[in-house]
Amino acid sequence: MTFMFTVSPDFTPDHLSGWYIFNTWLQKQTGEGIHLEMYNDFQNQRQAIEDDKVDLIYANPFDAAMLVREKGFQPLVKAEGVADEAIIAVNADNAVEDVAHLSPGVKVAYTEDPDVQMMGMIMLEPGDLDGNNIKPQLCDSYVLVAKHLLRGDADVGIFLAEAYDDLSSVIKKQLRVLVRSQISVIHHALMIGPKLQHRRADIEAALLAMGQDEKTRGVLNSLGFSAWNKVDDEEMEFMIDLMDTLVI
Amino acid sequence: MISDMKAEDIMGEYKETTLNLYHSISRKVLYTEIETPYPDGKLIVSTTTPEGVITHVNQSFIEMSGYTEEELIGAPHSILRHPDMPPAAFKDLWDTVKRGEKWQGFVKNLRKDGGYYWVKATVIPNVRHGRVVGYTSVRRKPSRTKVEECIKLYPTLF
Ligand SMILES: Cc1cc2nc3c(=O)[nH]c(=O)nc-3n(C[C@H](O)[C@H](O)[C@H](O)COP(=O)(O)O)c2cc1C
Repeated sequence: MTFMFTVSPDFTPDHLSGWYIFNTWLQKQTGEGIHLEMYNDFQNQRQAIEDDKVDLIYANPFDAAMLVREKGFQPLVKAEGVADEAIIAVNADNAVEDVAHLSPGVKVAYTEDPDVQMMGMIMLEPGDLDGNNIKPQLCDSYVLVAKHLLRGDADVGIFLAEAYDDLSSVIKKQLRVLVRSQISVIHHALMIGPKLQHRRADIEAALLAMGQDEKTRGVLNSLGFSAWNKVDDEEMEFMIDLMDTLVI
Repeated sequence: MISDMKAEDIMGEYKETTLNLYHSISRKVLYTEIETPYPDGKLIVSTTTPEGVITHVNQSFIEMSGYTEEELIGAPHSILRHPDMPPAAFKDLWDTVKRGEKWQGFVKNLRKDGGYYWVKATVIPNVRHGRVVGYTSVRRKPSRTKVEECIKLYPTLF
């Protein structure tokens, strides 16, 4: 039997090969046939989840609720020291100093990344902005969000903080951060579906041991972090409750 | 686990009043006109038992309330109750979450030092294995326009 592993489409492109290396390690470790399927967009991945094709997923916090509550997934681990945070940025030449000074009708550039979009919109709320009074500019990547700001096609950009920090210094010099979220409890998690759940304990143990061993730490480094940390059911439930409070 | 506020904790000039909490305990509160602005980008998070006794607070909660974690855990959530908040708001909060629904509203909270801060709060029931085991509240920065509306509205609700 072959299982299917997929990664939330908001992963950094630099880590694409890292996920293939990780999947090879995972197959060897578990002795199971695991096929890594990378989706370019959220819609196709959602459909695969809907059709019960997915057995393992590095899920974004937004999808975690649905995976647990509707699809019977359980959490395994999260990346050590990596939380999902969002940034609201403007062109450095923009006179606006505070979100409260923005006005209805502002052009806001963002990506399809659902949790970043949500955190960004929450940070715009103190300026009385919401989905009904902004002009959305959907972009395919955070680099394009930055370009929209540089060209003046957008007034405000919503970034995944990690993606913003990774922008080149030439670009960052022309931008200015208005707000950076400091939420620290919203994170991606590796989750396991019903068909693989009989292996949950041993897969989790193998994942947690990765950070201890130099060779397997190298696999994690190619994903951009150095160890997995355990996520128990209650921590996941807490994050889901928290996400629930934020969706309106 | 809730005591009268003490004059030595208060910063600045204050007024004094007595609140009836939990419809039985009375608490002397001392309050000033000093507002602490909501910090940008942060969320204030707490969890309670089904009775409203605090079981978890995050760092932003501690900083904004002015209490220590030890003082907060085990205290009823009305430790933050500000005399300017109309009781009807909290009745609506409890009625809503007891129906299993999400409540949202603007709340003026009282700090240990007598000052206050405004939040936009959302409260939801924590359902585990089909049972409500507690409630979680997440507060975010409110818009000034909404706060001004509440400043006008709340005194009319007493
Ligand atoms: C999860 C949760 C969070 C709450 N947060 C606050 C709060 O921040 N400030 C507040 O005054 N009351 C809050 N309350 C309501 C209090 O429990 C209480 O009902 C209110 O302060 C009025 O006091 P009383 O019920 O003791 O009369 C919260 C309740 C719950 C369940």
